[in-house]
Amino acid sequence: MSPLRRFLCTPEAIAGAIILAALFAMALTAPLFFPGDPQAIAGPALLPPFQDWSLPLGTDRLGRDVLAALLHGARTSLAVGLAAAAAALAVGAVVGTLAGFAGGLVDEVLMRITDAFQTVPSFLLALAFVSVVGPSLGVVVAAIALGAWTGPARVARAEVLSIRERDFVAGARVIGMHPLEIAFREVLPNALPPVLALSSVIVAAAILTEAALSFLGLGDPNRVTWGGMIAEGRAVLRTAPFLSIIPGVALVLTVLGIYLAGEGVVETAAVRRSLS
Amino acid sequence: MSSPLLAVSGLTKRYRRGGKTIAAVDDVSFDIEPGETLALAGPSGSGKSTVARLLLRLIEPDAGRIEFEGGDFQALNGTALRARRARVQMVFQDPLAAFNPRASVARVLDDPLRIHGIAARSARPRRIAALLERVGLSADLAARAIHEISGGQRQRIAIARAIATNPSLIILDEAVSALDVSVRRQILQLLLDLQREQRIAYLFISHDLGVISAIAHRVVILDAGRVAESGNARAVIGTPQSAIGKALVAAAPRLNRTGTQGAADRQ
Repeated sequence: MSPLRRFLCTPEAIAGAIILAALFAMALTAPLFFPGDPQAIAGPALLPPFQDWSLPLGTDRLGRDVLAALLHGARTSLAVGLAAAAAALAVGAVVGTLAGFAGGLVDEVLMRITDAFQTVPSFLLALAFVSVVGPSLGVVVAAIALGAWTGPARVARAEVLSIRERDFVAGARVIGMHPLEIAFREVLPNALPPVLALSSVIVAAAILTEAALSFLGLGDPNRVTWGGMIAEGRAVLRTAPFLSIIPGVALVLTVLGIYLAGEGVVETAAVRRSLS
Repeated sequence: MSSPLLAVSGLTKRYRRGGKTIAAVDDVSFDIEPGETLALAGPSGSGKSTVARLLLRLIEPDAGRIEFEGGDFQALNGTALRARRARVQMVFQDPLAAFNPRASVARVLDDPLRIHGIAARSARPRRIAALLERVGLSADLAARAIHEISGGQRQRIAIARAIATNPSLIILDEAVSALDVSVRRQILQLLLDLQREQRIAYLFISHDLGVISAIAHRVVILDAGRVAESGNARAVIGTPQSAIGKALVAAAPRLNRTGTQGAADRQ
């Protein structure tokens, strides 16, 4: 059975894949359906959903189209989530590999730095970083990655510690390979699977952190974000709760979908490992 | 003969375990001449593999001297050591564990050629094909992944990798122990052919006296990290002097019936 078919055999993976596919479709088609600025005024203020079919999800306090904002917000959430997770995994894998493979003083120094980052709450770290540097998409990505790379670093180090004792690493030394090449070309690729298994958790956490930063007004002000939409709706929570509920539901579904799909991937990988 | 290819003297490696110090290798000395096969025999745990790892500088000794090709091998470090590694290669016992599980045959053979600058990038595919043919494999195998080929083929690839850098010494750590009997005989024949043509010396590590008597000129028997006896392979295996030598020889007839010798005699 192909890995894809095996992946689609677990119900949680199917659910996750459907949600993620819908999310990606939303993000990709946003500029097609709503080519204009999603922050432009489109109709009367505080129009409830399902009243006017040209504005199916209604409008916010300033008369901006909620559906357009939702679709454009999906772009921001996915972009930030994926970019932050990729950055965190890359930094974590490199730091963990260097620490595990070099051992000794290098290991000590890198792992104490990792400890230091782990003891600071990652959300506070992101908050402080964005407040100092100023909110923009790149800074938000960096701020989230700053608090998320320690997990992958620890997993990569543990994996590298066991792989470096294997014969093929000794074989690479015997043929005269440079230690850095051994670390990154021979050891790291074999240490990656358990590190990548963390990616779904990190992407989901990154999306939530981005939403929280936006909610606090520290998101990129030039982009629509779900967190920003919830914050915007908070002022009229009693009269127009849908303004907070719609992006909230989108956020919950996204995180759920990523978790489920990630679970499916891990399960598929586990089956493949036990088969081989 | 003038100077030996490899001269080991007083090699010692101790491990501390739970407050007690155990000598895995204790004051071991031996020489290997160019083009000679020296067998290192002994029961499991006698320090054979530790000697191999010490000689390859995969671990550092606590005492002793290793002279290789007339120079102090232990004085080398970094770039100089990596360059020198071209001259002493190793074949591991488990042909699957010895290769990166993600590698292809071509990459495994390409690495030593690239690292030691033996062939330009454009010339390497031809070099790899020649190496494969040299060890009796089809050049088409280059495109395959390591996990897609059989154990015997993998051990031939390991030998091809070892001879790629034109070494003067190859350390074979139980290199045929994991192979089945018919494949074992072919691999031993390949090793003998390579030695005759290229004058490569072997340090042949094994617990199997049947295989040793088929390939080795001289033998060193280790017991608990010390040299129990050494000498001409035929003489030592014929009339062992040490207790451990006698025990190994006493175990050998059983091995002989099913081992290399038996298989060779039947055919």
